[in-house]
Amino acid sequence: MSDEQQLIEEVTGQEYKYGFVTDIEQETAPKGLSEDIICFISEKKKEPAFMLEWRLKAYRKWLTMEEPTWAKVNYKPVDYQSLHYYAAPKPKKELESLDEVDPELLKTFEKLGISLEEQKRLSGVKVAVDAVIDSVSVKTTFQEELKSKGIIFCSMSEAVQNHPELVEKYIGTVVPVGDNYFSALNSAVFSDGSFCYIPKGVRCPMELSTYFRINAANTGQFERTLVIADEGSYVSYLEGCTAPMRDENQLHAAVVELIAHEDAEIKYSTVQNWYPGDKDGKGGIYNFVTKRGICAGDRSKISWTQVETGSAITWKYPSCILKGNNSIGEFYSVAVTNNKQQADTGTKMIHVGENTRSRIVSKGISAGKSDNSYRGLVKIMKRAKNARNFSQCDSLLMGDRCGAHTFPYIESDNSTGRVEHEATTSKIDEDILFYCQQRGIPEEKAVEMIVNGYCKEVLNKLPMEFAVEAQKLLAISLEGSVG
Amino acid sequence: MLKIEGLKARIEEKEILKGVNLEVKPGEVHAIMGPNGSGKSTLASVLAGKDTFEVTGGTVTFNGKDMLGMEPEERAHEGIFLAFQYPVEIPGVNTANFLKTALNEKREANGQDPLSAADFLKLMKEKMELVEMDKAFINRALNEGFSGGEKKRNEMLQMAVLEPTLGILDETDSGLDIDALKIVANAVNKMRNANRSFVVITHYQRLLDYIVPDVVHVLQGGKIVKSGGKELALELEEKGYDWLKKSSELTV
Ligand SMILES: Nc1ncnc2c1ncn2[C@@H]1O[C@H](COP(=O)(O)OP(=O)(O)OP(=O)(O)O)[C@@H](O)[C@H]1O
Ligand SMILES: [Mg+2]
Repeated sequence: MSDEQQLIEEVTGQEYKYGFVTDIEQETAPKGLSEDIICFISEKKKEPAFMLEWRLKAYRKWLTMEEPTWAKVNYKPVDYQSLHYYAAPKPKKELESLDEVDPELLKTFEKLGISLEEQKRLSGVKVAVDAVIDSVSVKTTFQEELKSKGIIFCSMSEAVQNHPELVEKYIGTVVPVGDNYFSALNSAVFSDGSFCYIPKGVRCPMELSTYFRINAANTGQFERTLVIADEGSYVSYLEGCTAPMRDENQLHAAVVELIAHEDAEIKYSTVQNWYPGDKDGKGGIYNFVTKRGICAGDRSKISWTQVETGSAITWKYPSCILKGNNSIGEFYSVAVTNNKQQADTGTKMIHVGENTRSRIVSKGISAGKSDNSYRGLVKIMKRAKNARNFSQCDSLLMGDRCGAHTFPYIESDNSTGRVEHEATTSKIDEDILFYCQQRGIPEEKAVEMIVNGYCKEVLNKLPMEFAVEAQKLLAISLEGSVG
Repeated sequence: MLKIEGLKARIEEKEILKGVNLEVKPGEVHAIMGPNGSGKSTLASVLAGKDTFEVTGGTVTFNGKDMLGMEPEERAHEGIFLAFQYPVEIPGVNTANFLKTALNEKREANGQDPLSAADFLKLMKEKMELVEMDKAFINRALNEGFSGGEKKRNEMLQMAVLEPTLGILDETDSGLDIDALKIVANAVNKMRNANRSFVVITHYQRLLDYIVPDVVHVLQGGKIVKSGGKELALELEEKGYDWLKKSSELTV
């Protein structure tokens, strides 16, 4: 190994810091997947009949589908019959205050630096936390204030029970049951997730936030999130997650659907920190996510911002369907891969309406022996007169053994459309680090400074308190441990 | 201040420095000249602590401290500054941000409080005037897309802000136009004082008209083969290095 490789390895060979397991009693479904299991899940969750029907339809569809393969991603096949499809912390009673929350759980949040108490104490900035541990919502805060504005923010399970008409109207309208292999699976077995409805003309007064964690061994995670912004409303939704260290690969196949009506705006931000596996990639999480939003009404806007540092394998394309005239779709992304991580991410912007605009800013960072691919599709449909897209795809390589690939696809059926694409590749090598050190900046600090500078445009799109957390995560995933 | 004795260094089995001796006293300016590939930049890199070069012998002390055991950033905190022959480009980090981080790291290492944003900007403004640099540059990514001369000027700005006690300038004059050369020389001269020393590596005696050295050395084949006053530079300009080679071979 040359000195340079060794140096880069030292700088980037950081072990996962958040590896711990919370000890909470589980109530778990038997392993495997069948119509019986689906009935078990639906019954457990006391779902109305339409939901069970929908799940079974999805399951039957899934049986006919084949697992996709991708050119740039390699992984051991998942044995779907050896997974548990339902696990819930045993409910003891309804929780009214933090004092009633399992202290183990609070400790976990504290280790992550996101304790509910801390959140509550945050003056000025209110963050409503719908904490999902495994599959069932444990705690929801700030409900009252939201309720007074007519905003519904609750777990998916609660929404299915309390607002079945909204769920039935919108679920599967953006990501149809049979959209892809993983969305079909999710539709059949989704355990929980978040539901959010903002009524006409309401500006949601706080950032909505959910922290997801995988906590039960061998439990596939199938979150389902649905955000609906009615006419003229606004909401900013934050999703963040980190997972404990595990030996076996864990599958995560979430579905997120966003619907923005006329003049509505949805900002959806993610800081994603699934366990990436050890240095050899062992034990990391498979993250196959379908995220899609539709700008259904004129002048609506959907903006995806994501900072991805985790997972052994990430496969994820937050997309926008720009159906309304003058609607806007945005995608801001930082994706970090280290060691043996593989990421295949990107976005799809489907221009349907007239004068629709989209903007894509993708920043890939590859370190170690990782592979980072960006795949972007900009599609301009026949009706989309004067559609505009701007894409900026940058890659940052740390050292010589990692890879970055950019695949921009453009399909245009309307000659008035304009698509601009810019791409750059930069490398942090030993000479750059030495230059910084010569100026008095230690290696780790230099990496942090360069990475934060490089990602600034995306980090700036995150809400303040999230941006700080994201910077911390970037530093943690790329720096060598101090001392 | 700086004392180098019998310094030997190599890279991948190739010995480049073969026993360098050099002493720089406080307030002195030493010029190092010598043919291409003779080891001038290597000497500068080894002094700054680049670990691709393996030090195989000799000692380097700086203000009485053994320097060879220090990390590059520790040497910087001790007051050593190297203006690189080929400054790198750092994507995404602008000069102001970079310099603020560097300065505050140095201050922290020396037990001082970090400079506030306002104080830092004031300092930057003052130093930019010293090197006559347009403020448009400091908001661009460090050296990214800078011309060769602009990069060199940026090195001088950094030196002025970091206020080292020993400035090593590796061919800072190469690639500069006449006006820029004067500006750089002027900045160095303004920084010269009884406690601050410079080692100036150059191929051209012209620079030494502006930055008048106390001593001129010739580095050849990994050794200092001749030292003299500033008139040595003139002699080299006239005769080249070959005559020294012969005489040094004779003395071996
Ligand atoms: N990384 C390296 N790998 C191999 N050889 C090297 C390396 N760096 C320097 N050298 C060699 O060491 C010798 C001295 O190089 P150095 O850059 O110190 O010369 P210099 O005196 O600064 O020359 P110049 O006047 O051209 O700048 C050269 O023969 C060069 O090829
Ligand atoms: Mg040189």
